[in-house]
Amino acid sequence: MNKFVQVFTKDSFLVPVVAIIFGLIVGAFAMLAGGFNPIEAYVALFDKVFGDMYNFGETIRQITPLIFSGLAVAFAFRTGMFNIGVEGQFLMGMVTAVYLGVKLDLPFFLHAPITIVGSMLAGGLWAAFAGWLKAVRGVHEVITTIMLNWTALYLVNFILTTTLVPEGQQRSETIKESAMINIGWLSEMFDSARLHWGTLIALGAAFIFYIVLWKTRTGFELRATGVNPHAAEYAGMNVNKNVVKAMFISGALAGIGGACEILGVFHYQAISAALPGYGFDGIAVALIGGNTPIGVIFGAILFGILTFGAGGMKLGAGVPVELIRVVIASVIFFVAAHGIVRYFLKPILAKKKDKEVL
Amino acid sequence: MNKKILSVISVATLSLSLALTGCGQKPAEPSGSESGAPAAEQKSDKKIGMVTDVGGVNDNSFNQSAWEGLQKLQSETGINVQYAQSTGDAEYVPNLNTFVKDKWDLTWGIGFLLADPIKQVAEQNPDAKLAIVDGEVAAPNVTSVMFKEQEGSFLVGVVAAEMSKSNKIGFVGGIKIPVIERFEAGFKAGVKAANPNAEVVSIYTGAFDKPDLGKSTASSMYSQGVDIIFHASGGTGDGVFNEATARKKNGADVWVIGVDKDQSINFGEDVTLTSMVKKVDEAVIQVSKDMAEGKFEGGKTINLGLKDNAVGLSESSLKTLPAEVLKKVDEFKAKIISGEITVPEKP
Repeated sequence: MNKFVQVFTKDSFLVPVVAIIFGLIVGAFAMLAGGFNPIEAYVALFDKVFGDMYNFGETIRQITPLIFSGLAVAFAFRTGMFNIGVEGQFLMGMVTAVYLGVKLDLPFFLHAPITIVGSMLAGGLWAAFAGWLKAVRGVHEVITTIMLNWTALYLVNFILTTTLVPEGQQRSETIKESAMINIGWLSEMFDSARLHWGTLIALGAAFIFYIVLWKTRTGFELRATGVNPHAAEYAGMNVNKNVVKAMFISGALAGIGGACEILGVFHYQAISAALPGYGFDGIAVALIGGNTPIGVIFGAILFGILTFGAGGMKLGAGVPVELIRVVIASVIFFVAAHGIVRYFLKPILAKKKDKEVL
Repeated sequence: MNKKILSVISVATLSLSLALTGCGQKPAEPSGSESGAPAAEQKSDKKIGMVTDVGGVNDNSFNQSAWEGLQKLQSETGINVQYAQSTGDAEYVPNLNTFVKDKWDLTWGIGFLLADPIKQVAEQNPDAKLAIVDGEVAAPNVTSVMFKEQEGSFLVGVVAAEMSKSNKIGFVGGIKIPVIERFEAGFKAGVKAANPNAEVVSIYTGAFDKPDLGKSTASSMYSQGVDIIFHASGGTGDGVFNEATARKKNGADVWVIGVDKDQSINFGEDVTLTSMVKKVDEAVIQVSKDMAEGKFEGGKTINLGLKDNAVGLSESSLKTLPAEVLKKVDEFKAKIISGEITVPEKP
């Protein structure tokens, strides 16, 4: 349980909080420069997120996929892999979910689980392919995963147009009700916000993430590979196998995320000309969270609140969308660059240490 | 020592907060700043919201046009207007709900992609009033605005037939969906009506965002002897314009007919013969005004065509095109309006 607790020790709690405040202050100056009232804007942001049940529910909806993509990026990171392809793996999960959701005819207790497992495999295999290329050919995963993002995008569009999109439409058919994972009574409580079981699955995935990496032999090997592949190999671990395994698990997390978006939120998939951006946000979330499961959850919550609340800043305080992005970026910048914050906090942190020594 | 620091901090905070609130005064009322004096006199308490699709309000196309319409409405009548931009599919519903749950008087969804989200929100909020452009939603509290693109395309077809020297004319489409097929059908019918000997070559590129495809398609068409191309393909059409500009520089006599807005503004009058303009702004203004006067008609689909002056040639081309061509265009226009000619919707 050490890792879990460690996150809550004062140091690693204080730094992100101060970083968020720094980010908000810099964002405030950006808004001042643009001639807008930052206090009004921040009040509008929090009012949008916490103001009523509907928007609070939708914020949770916004946070859920970020947890999945953040965990996916973080898992690969732990094994020393930079998985930029979460985007593509997420898309593969989505298309598998919509395909199985439309084509299969099963009772509800089988349909949704089988669909999610299918998406998990699709995302996992898509990522494992990049891992395999690295293992046997030494192709750097950054290059392959970026390229596989685009391959996935066009493959998904191809699958959709040839099998699922009715003529003259831009989106697939709606999935069968038995595959949906919405929570009706909870949605009603939240004024018909789109809440679904995916959120719980995401939290469960974060827990499994922790168990696998820190409580199993495989996890130890994966982390050892990440810290120093040469040492791991010297110690008798199969580095290549671990690389593929790590990428598979990373992609599988992304795939489940894609399935939950389809089964819980959209119920269909639209033909898209551009990458949707889940995976790229996931990189930021993983960085904010320091690649720990708890950190990723908090990172996703922060990111979700900022992106969803941004709409409130636009309506409540008239801040243009472009400026809101500057504010979000400055918050993330400070959270990701703890070094700067630590530098400013040095006197305080040092003082505390002195006391501890005494 | 500590006290001193404390007082400095408190002074700083105070002055900062004063400065902040001071700066906030100006933008606090965005509605008043642009509307000027007349709006202040007849200020309305009505509120109209608009949700864009992923294109956003600067897309050079219907989102921008719709927002310009609402801004014009604000300066004329003082009605409060506001937009919410969607950055992804998932945001359509919450963006619509932002206005609907806040009891705004009318909420617009712009574009075909918002049809399903609007239907969902309309069913969950039967008291709210919604409207959509370019899509049809069957719900008792939604007004759908559709355009008869085929009628406007018919007229630019007449222009193309009259202006073509090679009697070979091209059509470049985006994705083959009903709305783009209406462009093609009307255009072909217009060309045939004005010059039965002219031939129309039509190609669908399969994308609205691929200028490179547009350029290569235009290149092969011009090489086959086509001298005028009408495009209904969004950003793909930019490539058609680029190809035409390049050929024009080498002395070739080629033209492009633009779409949605007056594209001569972006690409120049030397390659833009005319544009098939869709007046999304005026439609938005009309429906919004009706709502403000209590004449909102839910469950209705408004089909806007030539009769309503909602589609047609761009203003600038009315000055640059030869008078006899414009005369012919006016003749056909009168016939379409009177019902003498019915323009087909399918090619």
